[in-house]
Amino acid sequence: MNRRPVFLITMLCFGFAFFYIPILSMMVYSFNGSRLATVWGGFSTKWYVSLLSNRQVLKAAILSIEIAVLSATFATILGTMAGIAMARFKRFRGRTLFSGLVTAPLVMPEVITGIASLMLFILMAEYIGWPATRGFTTVTLAHITFSMVFVTTIVHSRLVQADEAIEEAAMDLGSRPWQVMKDITLPVISPAIMSGWLLAFTISLDDVVITNFTTGPGTTTLPILIWSKVKLGVTPDINALATITVVIVGIGVFIAGWLLNRAEKAREHDIQLAYQANQ
Amino acid sequence: MEAAHRSPGFRRWFNRRGWIKITIATPYVWLSLFFLLPFVIVIAMSFATRTPTAPPFSFGGDYPVMNTNHYARLIHDDLYVRAYLNSIGNATLATLMCLLIGYPMALGLTRVSRSWRNVLLMLVILPFWTSFLLRVYAWMGLMGTNSWFNKLLTGAYNWVMPADMALRYIPMMNTGFAVVLVTVYSYLPFMILPLYANLEKLDLSLNEAAMDLGSRPFQVFRDVTLPLSLPGIIAGSLLVFIPASGELIIPSLVGSSSRPMIGRVISDEFASARDWPMASAVAVALLLLLVGPLMAYTYFEGKSLEKKKAEGES
Repeated sequence: MNRRPVFLITMLCFGFAFFYIPILSMMVYSFNGSRLATVWGGFSTKWYVSLLSNRQVLKAAILSIEIAVLSATFATILGTMAGIAMARFKRFRGRTLFSGLVTAPLVMPEVITGIASLMLFILMAEYIGWPATRGFTTVTLAHITFSMVFVTTIVHSRLVQADEAIEEAAMDLGSRPWQVMKDITLPVISPAIMSGWLLAFTISLDDVVITNFTTGPGTTTLPILIWSKVKLGVTPDINALATITVVIVGIGVFIAGWLLNRAEKAREHDIQLAYQANQ
Repeated sequence: MEAAHRSPGFRRWFNRRGWIKITIATPYVWLSLFFLLPFVIVIAMSFATRTPTAPPFSFGGDYPVMNTNHYARLIHDDLYVRAYLNSIGNATLATLMCLLIGYPMALGLTRVSRSWRNVLLMLVILPFWTSFLLRVYAWMGLMGTNSWFNKLLTGAYNWVMPADMALRYIPMMNTGFAVVLVTVYSYLPFMILPLYANLEKLDLSLNEAAMDLGSRPFQVFRDVTLPLSLPGIIAGSLLVFIPASGELIIPSLVGSSSRPMIGRVISDEFASARDWPMASAVAVALLLLLVGPLMAYTYFEGKSLEKKKAEGES
């Protein structure tokens, strides 16, 4: 393969143009002075001012973050447990069903999950009385359920690739299985657990369809607010909101990638030192 | 609870078998309650009868065991049949387009230098972390009748076509074309990432061997790379096809109401018509249609993890 793959490089350029031109265009138009969202009317930051002084938007954003933090935390605990169960416990009753339950929500069309969860919550309110009304609780429960399987996938694939010999060595040295889990396995998969939390957080923060079905009056998350505005057409303040989101996410992904990379390098370095010390 | 933690009996149970049981049972019970049970409810609901009560359904009445009218309506009512065909058609077209664009991109990613590769991979993942809704919205801005993008395309069109066929703008919003375009845009990373993960592991010495034996580059691609990347193609296609066929946001924002899509029909039956049994029947029918692809995905996912495990052990 000495020849430069011209066709492939061209496709990469084309693909990235396709990815980023709409986003860049949206960012440029967020500084548009005109009321008409698609006609350029000079540079202005007025949409940012009007957005940041909009109490409704700020309230929705805070609510979204609250739900995302809470649901990501529970999703990470449950998802990590499921990942460990799938990777380390080879045989238990109902394992086939379990493996179906942790993969199906990954690809299930959201509309179906949405109406299914809504019916469950309505019937629960009817027959058990909890959760009494739809809102914060039901949205959080639904978010935990569909984001935990993403954590499971990450933790599972990390565990499957991890070297089980270290765990076996600890067992041979007299550790009990629970000690091995606590002292070795969990620290080994901690980067995976961290990225799982981040993924669950963003999935929850971003969700429209399932939230739309499971929310009630008074609980308006940011995506639901945007959804109800965007249905009416393109508006300049949403351009500003989108730009802020993209910038924050971009910085976040960059920092997270850098931190994970650094942690990974430090770990490799430690392992090398350990090997050298043994020789 | 505190007392239980301190009691030596609980401690011993937890340290021996208890933690394993808790690790399995907690997510199991959770998923059964909040994921499996709702589907059982949907299936049961599809055989119920709509009533003007709250909640708006009942069992029994005129239909002692189950009411299968909703399934009969699915076949006889033109709306549902059209919605299914539109959804499946759009999802298939979008999957093929994603494959055509995503495959060369994934292959290209494996051929650039290491430092470039990390940057470019980050750029593939970045849109995935930003809001789905806002990415659809970005295209609403581009496709509008007096946007710069539409003007550019209109200019190009008018330049190519004879003067008497000139257009003032190209109608893109609220068309089937818009739905497919935005679906491809939104789901392309789901195609690229599994393909890249697969192509990255391929042994380049196989390509060299084929070259040495006289294959031309395209033959090498056709006879070596393409067959070996089949698992990646399958995983990527399922990850695009399944969610795309039930998509709600894209057809609601950029689609045409005269071309119904199944996700929107389910949502409308439920929210506007308040016909829970009918919405459930449509959802069950969509599920039945997707059962094949869903099981294929679960199966291949399990197999690739087993393979990873084998590689980890060797």
